[in-house]
Amino acid sequence: MSGLQAIRTGTATCLTCGMLGSPIPRPVCKRCGSSLHFRKPNNIQRTWAYLIAAYVLYLPANLLPITITRSIFGTQHDTIMSGVVYLWHSGSWAISLIVFIASVVVPLLKLFSLTLLVISVQRRWCGEVMRRAKLYRILEAIGRWSMLDVYVVTILVALVRAESLATISPGSGVLAFAAVVILSMLAAMAFDPRLIWDPLDETQPKENVK
Amino acid sequence: MTSRSAPKQTLQTATACPECDLLVDGTTNSGHCSRCGARLYRQGRHSLDNTLALACSALVLLIAANAFPIVGLDIQGQRIETTVIGAAVSLWREEMGMVAILVLLSTTVLPLIELAGLVWMALPLRLGKRPPGFSWVFRVLHMAHPWAMIEVFIMGLLVALVKLTNVADVFAGAAAWCFGCVMLLLAILHTIVEPRDLWQAWEEAEQ
Repeated sequence: MSGLQAIRTGTATCLTCGMLGSPIPRPVCKRCGSSLHFRKPNNIQRTWAYLIAAYVLYLPANLLPITITRSIFGTQHDTIMSGVVYLWHSGSWAISLIVFIASVVVPLLKLFSLTLLVISVQRRWCGEVMRRAKLYRILEAIGRWSMLDVYVVTILVALVRAESLATISPGSGVLAFAAVVILSMLAAMAFDPRLIWDPLDETQPKENVK
Repeated sequence: MTSRSAPKQTLQTATACPECDLLVDGTTNSGHCSRCGARLYRQGRHSLDNTLALACSALVLLIAANAFPIVGLDIQGQRIETTVIGAAVSLWREEMGMVAILVLLSTTVLPLIELAGLVWMALPLRLGKRPPGFSWVFRVLHMAHPWAMIEVFIMGLLVALVKLTNVADVFAGAAAWCFGCVMLLLAILHTIVEPRDLWQAWEEAEQ
């Protein structure tokens, strides 16, 4: 197996343009001018910082109302979960399922998996490397879908205004929820998946590394 | 460190997997990392003509998507319509400025930057010239890409429509279809625009 990591040859691949170069003496890609490092700088600390901030905001995002509906029948506060329940009861169970997955399952899954990945990297685990690499790839792809509810609220607020029988205003839960989505995306970007493979290369016999 | 003894030529054709740091040969590889399976580049070269054609049409559609209303509501003969910018403005008025900016950036500004940047890079390259500020534009596009979320916005539009059908007559505006087409064109663009080929064209082009 030619498992030679670029870092062993003193080179690093540019994460922007893909060119292999040396980050020493200047940590700048020669072709595109992005910053070039062997591993993303302070990746574990930055991932933890974004993750903890996302966890903190997760509670208000789910407990505070995302929409406040005022009509002649009274005022109704809706959280993310009550929106899912409303859709389910009104018979649109497919849409309800999509909203549930995008707004509840994906953010939780993303936060927990990323926490697991950071801990596994800090403990330098050597097992399940391939699975962890795939997990990270999935996380990066699905995180954006949590923005769904933010767009739903935007359209509802714009359409159901004073001229109609009811008005919908955004609740402070939207702000917290949008922040959770952004922070979890930033956390995934700050994490360096190459760290998953690093402990593996260090346990390899020396003759493989020429 | 063995870097000093390695010949320079191998360093230029070789690349390293961005996800596991494995050194791979950039010419004979299948396009995927042999260790972790990450996609390194796409096989088969697409012409800059395709990129240009798709990006230009998406750009026109995206401008139309912002000029026309996306959704409308019909309550007892009274029609209420909104554009994306109008929706962001109503969020802003409700003291949700941050969310309004986020919505505007992810549905309009960043896709616009992405498409305009592609045309900016591909048009001079097609004519055999190096576009001014190529590496800067390339970096901006790379940063903007994860935050442009038109496909999620379309899904949000659908959910909002379903929610409102129980209350009033709703209809999708012209912009909804424009956004749908932009989404499809962007999806095709992402499968044919290969950064490696762009840089190769840049290296071949005259300064």
